Amino acid sequence: MRYAAPTSISEATRLLAAEPGQSQILAGGSDILVQLKAGLAEPDLLVDIKRIDGIYDITSEDGGYRIGAAVSGAALGEHAGVKALWPGVVEALELIGSTQVQGRATMAGNLCNASPAADSVPAMIAAQAIARINGPDGERDCPVQDIPVAPGRNSLAKGEFVTSILLPARPANASDAYLRFIPRTEMDIAVVSAGVSLALDDNGICNEAHVAIGAVAATVLVVEEAAKCLIGTKLDDAAIDAMGAACSAAATPISDKRGTVEFRKDVVAVLAKRVAKIAHTRAGAPS
Amino acid sequence: MSNIHVTTTLNGDQVEYLCEPQETLLDVMRDRLDMTGAKEGCGSGDCGACSVTMNGRLVCSCLVLAAEAEGQEVETIEGMADGETLHPLQQKFLDHAALQCGICTPGFLVAAKALLAKNPDPTETEVRYWLAGNLCRCTGYDKIINAVMDAAAEMRGA
Repeated sequence: MRYAAPTSISEATRLLAAEPGQSQILAGGSDILVQLKAGLAEPDLLVDIKRIDGIYDITSEDGGYRIGAAVSGAALGEHAGVKALWPGVVEALELIGSTQVQGRATMAGNLCNASPAADSVPAMIAAQAIARINGPDGERDCPVQDIPVAPGRNSLAKGEFVTSILLPARPANASDAYLRFIPRTEMDIAVVSAGVSLALDDNGICNEAHVAIGAVAATVLVVEEAAKCLIGTKLDDAAIDAMGAACSAAATPISDKRGTVEFRKDVVAVLAKRVAKIAHTRAGAPS
Repeated sequence: MSNIHVTTTLNGDQVEYLCEPQETLLDVMRDRLDMTGAKEGCGSGDCGACSVTMNGRLVCSCLVLAAEAEGQEVETIEGMADGETLHPLQQKFLDHAALQCGICTPGFLVAAKALLAKNPDPTETEVRYWLAGNLCRCTGYDKIINAVMDAAAEMRGA
């Protein structure tokens, strides 16, 4: 394996595109270093993107925030603006690993690693986040939900990598939340997870909702049926129950050592309902 | 395989080394620089025994490539005491018998120091969550938590 640390996006894409063998991106390294050590990844070229100018930046953009691909969970958690605008995304990213892992792990890495249990991904999808991708053909923007395609596989073409993620502007009276189930309190991987983002009109009626559930299918699932149960309501109990049931119906989990199909289908409804209530309260609904 | 030349700052001193691409910062510290304070427990970022700070951020040095340290500022357990004078955290770990076999201790100390730099007055719950990525198989944690709380109180008074 060779190691390269380009200082510009163009140099990075050139290196990636020119590599005849396998190449891998190194951002925070909390997935790739473990995979290298375990022999699960054997790239010929490892491209460290952290010396690229601006890659650690968090910048305001059209009322939202653009998060550089090397911004760690710890750095994002210290950013009052992002935390106020997208608390669910920040709390999801901050659930990953330990304090040590938080010092390095990135949102872009969590997305591209394409684990169905990735904590920040349901929250990012619910937030309608947009990944900026640079590659040999230039720059393109892509909804984050189109990036993971299967466990451990993403949709990026050869030479492409995510350089930043845009958390867009949101209206007043809108918020988001994320929860996961794990059998302990820290340092674990989601058995089931859910992210909800919603907006309320002046009368407190939900006029926009996005629901994403994790670890219950090969990729994080967007559950439009669940979102529809919330839109047009004040999130009364019947609406919330219907939303939970829609999540349960959409889930197609596997049974493994961390949870059974039955458990996951049951708990995804419980979590989604709790998350919707938290987002609702954060959006300014009377609690 | 071509070696990579790295210049970095370790505990305030400029250090140069040659490393292979896949070598971790932990490997280089222990095997090339004779700095064996940081321990390899799991090698996969789960145990925290290899904790160091890089530019003030707490990280596992087993999850950092040695090549990534180029131009960075790394602080390790070796930089914690001031000559013969122990850091308050080190002294409190002794006072509270917060160690038995000692493998996890350097990681706990570096992690606790990073916490107190950010939050000089943490609650016990905050200490426990901050240190959740540092595993100790001997003490049962209470002595460690007590030592950190006590050191924090002393450092606030100092």
